[in-house]
Amino acid sequence: MSTVLNLFVAAVLAGTPLLFGTVGEIMNEKVGHLNLGVEGMMSIGACAGFMVGYQTDNVVLALLAAFAAGVAAALIYAVLTITFMADQNVTGLTLTIFGVGLANFIGEYMLNHSATQSLKLPEHISAQIANLHIPVLSDIPVLGKLLFSYNIFVYIGIVTAVICWYYLQKTKTGLNVRAVGENPGAADAAGIRVIRAKYINVLIGGGICGIGGAYSAMIICGGVWISNCVNGLGWISVALVIFASWSPVKAIYGSLAFGCFSVLKYYVPKSIISIPNAFYDMLPFVITALVLVISSVRQSKENNQPASCGTNYFREER
Amino acid sequence: MAQEKKDTYAIECKGIRKTFGSVVANNNVDLDVKYGEILALLGENGSGKTTLMNMLSGIYHPDAGTIRIGGQEVSINSPTDAIGLGIGMIHQHFKLVDVHSAMDNIVLGTKEKRIRPKELKAKIEEISSKFGLEVDPEKKIYNMSVSEKQTVEILKVLYRGASILILDEPTAVLTPQETEKLFAILRRMKEQGCAIVIITHKLNEVLAISDRVEILRKGESIGTVDTKDIDEKKLTELMVGRPVTLEIDRPERKADAVPEIVIRNLNVERPDGTPGLTNVNFELMEGEILGVAGIAGSGQKELCEAITGLTEIKEGSIVHREEELVGMTFKDIRSRGIRISFVPEDRLGMGLVASMGMVDNVLLKHYQDQQGIFIDRKTPRKMAEKMVKELGILTPSVDTPVRMLSGGNVQKVLLGREIIAEPNVLLTAYPVRGLDINSSYTVYDLLNEQKKKGVAVLLVGEDLDVLLSISDRILVLCHGEVSGIVDARKTTKEEVGLLMTGVKGTKEEKEESTDGSK
Repeated sequence: MSTVLNLFVAAVLAGTPLLFGTVGEIMNEKVGHLNLGVEGMMSIGACAGFMVGYQTDNVVLALLAAFAAGVAAALIYAVLTITFMADQNVTGLTLTIFGVGLANFIGEYMLNHSATQSLKLPEHISAQIANLHIPVLSDIPVLGKLLFSYNIFVYIGIVTAVICWYYLQKTKTGLNVRAVGENPGAADAAGIRVIRAKYINVLIGGGICGIGGAYSAMIICGGVWISNCVNGLGWISVALVIFASWSPVKAIYGSLAFGCFSVLKYYVPKSIISIPNAFYDMLPFVITALVLVISSVRQSKENNQPASCGTNYFREER
Repeated sequence: MAQEKKDTYAIECKGIRKTFGSVVANNNVDLDVKYGEILALLGENGSGKTTLMNMLSGIYHPDAGTIRIGGQEVSINSPTDAIGLGIGMIHQHFKLVDVHSAMDNIVLGTKEKRIRPKELKAKIEEISSKFGLEVDPEKKIYNMSVSEKQTVEILKVLYRGASILILDEPTAVLTPQETEKLFAILRRMKEQGCAIVIITHKLNEVLAISDRVEILRKGESIGTVDTKDIDEKKLTELMVGRPVTLEIDRPERKADAVPEIVIRNLNVERPDGTPGLTNVNFELMEGEILGVAGIAGSGQKELCEAITGLTEIKEGSIVHREEELVGMTFKDIRSRGIRISFVPEDRLGMGLVASMGMVDNVLLKHYQDQQGIFIDRKTPRKMAEKMVKELGILTPSVDTPVRMLSGGNVQKVLLGREIIAEPNVLLTAYPVRGLDINSSYTVYDLLNEQKKKGVAVLLVGEDLDVLLSISDRILVLCHGEVSGIVDARKTTKEEVGLLMTGVKGTKEEKEESTDGSK
């Protein structure tokens, strides 16, 4: 029982960066922009968040920096694809390569200029991003551990997902945004400012990805700067969008499931099932591939990719 | 609404000019419409009607000229501006979000705060009853028929309080009954004081609905005439710019014609398992035009696809001159030298590759016959150039993507490509849909020419008048069954109409159909 409980907690912790990445990508795709730069935006966010946290020892500043860096990275993508109508796939891939490279470059530079040749977050901020202990609530047996003992990021992630869901599904602006993603021509003819809606959503999405990156740098890597700290999480996020059928709330379950796969190896007793660790490392990617296959057969119109995803919009196109 | 403004000018355009690169779409166009008036905008394909209307709705911005709305000179820079001025446009290709409900589409982009679904529904119903519209506000667009979608578009415009309504070929995809319904709505709106501009190719509709007609030719205004002073012939002449005849030729058949294709007991299922064709029997003779009439979706598509080998046949036989085609793939059929050409309904989806030029589209049909590993583009280029010359296709070059061409020219490319392959059998589905009168006659002439060459032509059509005057025989489909095969020279529109609805399923027609199968 306690193994299952521990697995769940570990799955939540491992799934949180995926949640940020997925919600960020959903915000992009809902306005018709398939952004393959999630890995890059997360990396830039990771670098900015970690470095600001390292220098200032302030978790709020670190979060803001990660968000701002994600927005800045997304701005490159937005200007190229929305304004200059560059190919979305190529731009996204380029952003990934650029983002990962930039983060590693800055990280390497900082490492070389530090006294100890290593970068470790200061104590104060480490304490702030450690798992919380909420009086009373965290002490409830089982539930306390299950629900009320995570670090601050986890709660921010879930709140972000719910807010994004509410914004997209329940508000008038959200309706307009979804229309832009489905049929920008129709949205434009209805008097919606298509370009503005696209910019806003792509930038917010980038910011959310940036926070996810900061999570992997500051929590998954244990508060020490490691190159390539995002390590493919961005890519899994892109696939998770399909798994979550473009719903930020379903992204919560999806990221939990994928978080579970990625930590499974530590919780399956070796004495019972003996499989090499490499198998577990491979698992999330195999499942991703399977999810892509299964979901491509799915026929429901509503739970599908926004129709204009991947194509840029130009009003005067004939 | 605009009741008090009746008889004042809603739109006044002066000297409008718009160019796309080197192409002049509109030049020196004048147009005016009063409130409480329906103006028909008439012109051939590519004469700049849609471009002009798109400038009023804010999709394009004119290069020169002035637009006055309600007497005020305005500059319309975006659809938002147009909506603000009370202009609503219903585009030929509907601007609706498929996965959203009618309701969501109607409120889309409006400035007011989100209102409760209940109040919204009440408001929609209020407008609906005022103008005699019917729509289920919660139905998703992808579940709707074309006519329902159009109703949503109209509601969208009315909901925004538009007093100027522009409709771009609204009847192109409607059945005659649906068209009648639409016209009733438009007349009602006119009574309420709306100004309406309607683009249509169907001259009888122009005469039926409009008060005045504005004619465009090659992007310039030719003039305006009052509908009551004009007839179809004069309209056509104004539009085309030279005298024309509205008679459709019907060359005589050869007396000793033999069947080109014999179909026996053909059964085809639709992908969803429902019967598409049931026990279809008929012959297609060489050198004849066999018209196929029927309400949309009565099995026309299945019939064409069965003969071309594009769909699986459940039961029955299709024999082409002693050779059984059922069981053969498209490639087998080709390799036997049987040339079946098919001009599908969906020209740019199924017929041609929209992003390729004429040369490559012609090549698609012929590359399999070429030898060696490299593609020879010279022969198709020559063919394409020949087509341009002989059919008068208007295109900047034979390499321009075909999607850039106007509807009539796209059809000429498709038909031309199929004809140049010298078919034995030519299947055409709605070949003149969306084409202006001049292009339509070109298509009729091409079909007759093929008939004279001895080609067996199957013509699936929707305009009974045309079918009656061009075909030799008419096969009527009803719910996937042949409800009759009649002699087009002797039958009447009423008889075919009754067969279409299956009311007249009697012995008489059975005899006729067995007659034909002897």
